[in-house]
Amino acid sequence: MTGETAQFAKDILRQWVFVLAAAPILPGLAARTKSWFSGRKGPPVLQLYWDILKLFRKGTVYSRSTTSVLRAGPVISFSAAMAASLMIPFGGMEAPLTFQGDLILFAYLWGLSRFFTMTAALDTGSAFEGMGASREAIFSCLAEPALLLGFLALAREAGSLSMSDLLSVGLIRIWSIHAPALCLVAAAMAVVFLTENSRIPIDDPNTHLELTMIHEVMVLDHGGPDLALIEYASAVKFFVLGALLVRIVYPIRSGGFWDGGEVLLLGLAALAVLVGVVESTMARFRLSRIPQLLTLSFVLSGFGVILSLAAPR
Amino acid sequence: MTALLVGLGLWIVGGVAGLFGGRRQPAVSAALAVVGSALGLGAAAHVLQTGAPESFRAAWPMPYGEIHMAVDPLSAVFLAPIFLLGALASVYSIGYLHGRDDRQVGRAVFLFHLLAVSMCVVVCVKNAILFLLAWEMMAISSFLLVLLDSRQSEVRHAGWMYLVATHIGTAFILVLFAWMGTVAGSFDFDDWRSLPSSSESRAGAWFVLALIGFGAKAGFWPVHVWLPEAHPAAPSHVSAVMSGVMIKTGIYGLVRVVTFLGPPPAWWGMALLSAGLVSGVLGVLFALAQHDVKRLLAYHSVENIGIIALGLGGALLGQAYGMEEAAVFGLAGALLHVVNHALFKGLLFMGAGSVLHATGTRDVEKLGGLLKQMPATGTTFLIGSASISGLPPLNGFVSEFLIYVCFFKLALGGPAVCGAAGAAAIAGLALIGGLAAACFTKVFGVMFLGERRTPLAASEAPLSMTAPMAVLAAACILIGLFPAVSASVLIFPVLASETDHLLSMTSVLTWVQLSAAVLVGLGIAVIFFRAWIFRGRPVSRAVTWDCGYSAPTSRMQYTASSFVQPFIDLFQPLIQPRERRHDPHGYFPKAASYESHADDLATRGIFGPLFGWIQTFAEKWLWIQQGRVQTYLLYVFLTLAALLSFQMFQ
Repeated sequence: MTGETAQFAKDILRQWVFVLAAAPILPGLAARTKSWFSGRKGPPVLQLYWDILKLFRKGTVYSRSTTSVLRAGPVISFSAAMAASLMIPFGGMEAPLTFQGDLILFAYLWGLSRFFTMTAALDTGSAFEGMGASREAIFSCLAEPALLLGFLALAREAGSLSMSDLLSVGLIRIWSIHAPALCLVAAAMAVVFLTENSRIPIDDPNTHLELTMIHEVMVLDHGGPDLALIEYASAVKFFVLGALLVRIVYPIRSGGFWDGGEVLLLGLAALAVLVGVVESTMARFRLSRIPQLLTLSFVLSGFGVILSLAAPR
Repeated sequence: MTALLVGLGLWIVGGVAGLFGGRRQPAVSAALAVVGSALGLGAAAHVLQTGAPESFRAAWPMPYGEIHMAVDPLSAVFLAPIFLLGALASVYSIGYLHGRDDRQVGRAVFLFHLLAVSMCVVVCVKNAILFLLAWEMMAISSFLLVLLDSRQSEVRHAGWMYLVATHIGTAFILVLFAWMGTVAGSFDFDDWRSLPSSSESRAGAWFVLALIGFGAKAGFWPVHVWLPEAHPAAPSHVSAVMSGVMIKTGIYGLVRVVTFLGPPPAWWGMALLSAGLVSGVLGVLFALAQHDVKRLLAYHSVENIGIIALGLGGALLGQAYGMEEAAVFGLAGALLHVVNHALFKGLLFMGAGSVLHATGTRDVEKLGGLLKQMPATGTTFLIGSASISGLPPLNGFVSEFLIYVCFFKLALGGPAVCGAAGAAAIAGLALIGGLAAACFTKVFGVMFLGERRTPLAASEAPLSMTAPMAVLAAACILIGLFPAVSASVLIFPVLASETDHLLSMTSVLTWVQLSAAVLVGLGIAVIFFRAWIFRGRPVSRAVTWDCGYSAPTSRMQYTASSFVQPFIDLFQPLIQPRERRHDPHGYFPKAASYESHADDLATRGIFGPLFGWIQTFAEKWLWIQQGRVQTYLLYVFLTLAALLSFQMFQ
């Protein structure tokens, strides 16, 4: 039993070290792509590592309006993102947390992180942060059904309720017979990915006007190590949801933890570049248009489910 | 069983003691309630542990049977929250009722104890007539409690509405029980177990009667209309009990009756699933539009009853399509949600009551920054908010998780119809979860965070009010952290025959437990890391940055209305807000105003026209009422003559 526990702890730690080490490179890649498109030199790809390190070494300033809820926000969103990372399989192995129904927990962990980010934003009493929280609330509650229906379509194809089975080798066979359903699900997941990570066309991470922001405006009053945790959590979220998308689009066939790991990393890098390309080539939508986009992703997931229900098995 | 009866006896003694008044009196009654509840909880725990029902029979000098009470595991699951929340609310009422005049307090204590006892009797009794008596006692005592502040006209309106709604429900139950009793030839529930299921359409009719009759008490849409009126009007500890456990007696009745009706056809499951989806989505949408915190919580009860109905619907679908495992998950999720909702909704109503007690207002737009003045109330309210939003690692997540798994299994294993139902339920649950989280961010954020919006003085509630909230919050956390243990203690005895599926549920819940442990462990590690990193760092205080405003005022804060405005816009066809605006015009505009109300869709669209129609119809017969005794004697005579001739010609 102790051997099993030790192995379990080792698996978890390995996964966390891997995620923590690799995640901050992705936003850097996206930013670099954007600067390449606009003809600037741009920040180094590893900039986020330095930013996080610098923030961890600073003090902080709190608003007098705030309470411990503001302090709790970053801690909880970081922990939730790290816990969710334990359900994504790397390589061909099962993820450390694998059980029937883990995909529900996966979806709800983002809900947990969002709830406390939003309450932390409201803790400052700032109108701008309240505005951000309100937008985050409505967009995420439209993205959530799309995510879960996407999972349902995949689960129906795989015949299991566990992320590791959904994203296993079996996906290759499913691509060969049920490609249309998977295409729809992948498209829906891509929209969910962009929404959850506050990317163009839903949100613009680099905008200079607080009035138009969603995610960035909610963390305006965080500083120092708190902000470092938030930045790290966003990078982990990008990594984890990106890995989900990459593994749906490009199923990994090999065994162990490291086998296929490089494929996943390459896929994620490509995804980050793609995000950069999207951000360089299109403008963000008007806020009132975003619900339509999210409804579209919900409909795509729904059609994915319908196709998988209609398919003979 | 003796322990249970003695416990109920203590509750009654405590209630009667209330009538004698005295300043120390509520504390005495609460002490008796706590001891009585401890005995009752012991009895329920014993039944849950052994799984063997205990019964009590006594002769009853009335027609149609005997006094027959029994506690089986299903009753025990409902008894446990009634006793727990009842005792805590009784303690809470010491502080809450403090300052009112003695006679009113005495009446409130007496009626509250009567309500608690009648709820316990409702879930234990095994005779239909006795059930209806207890049911009626529950309705009347809660009606009188709603009317405690009957000087206010909206309280009287709410009480009236509740009385009508609950009796319409009772009428359906009366018909149902009379019909079933006639067919079975007995009014004892034990004899109904072997009801002849010869006719499927008859069973269907019974199911519909039960769905409407018990649904009116539980608060299914559209027969929920009394909830958002009665809950805000009642004193807060009463709202906590009414919303936390009293409406669950409707769920209990429904489950109990369904066990008598034999194997369910698929459409029963679909009916419950639709009722659940509609109640869930509309409940949370209308909750979002409310600014009265207790009204908002009442709408959330409709939402949560919807979630429970979804679980039950999934269970029935699973049975109908021969997927026992899905059925077990659905029923377990629904029953666990019954317990969980009692815990967090009781907590939230008590929190709202403390705020009302401290500030004198239920309007969230007038509040703000209360967490600093009322830390205990605020912290427990936050825990309740996170629980009701279904967030891990708290109890709301566990029961919603089980219901999700039920529908995933239905969609994976069943035919396409089942898959479509599962997909609808999953999408609905996800939407409900997201909207609930948004709503509780709003209500917690606006009430407890930021700065005060109006100069209302507030101070922390007394210990008698905060301690019950702390107990409920602790229960929410415990069930969330130890889902496998709590499910096996609370729910498994009900499903004891399904050993294989319970094993698979245990293994899944053990994993959830492990994940919760990992999450909490990591969170604690991060907290320590953060504390370590902040050692010796400069931490200073300033105003909220607010994009460069040098002197932000509390009026610049985002309000609850602005927070939910995108939701109202998006779901406008469903909410249909009524707006009244006076735009400023002219060169020197003076008066301008804007109002928006979200009236209940069912009240406006269904019951308003319906009762209007009934009234017009009734008015046409007004000429019958002459107001003269002679005429009425003539009516009596004519009726008698008609009945006699009818009898003769038969």
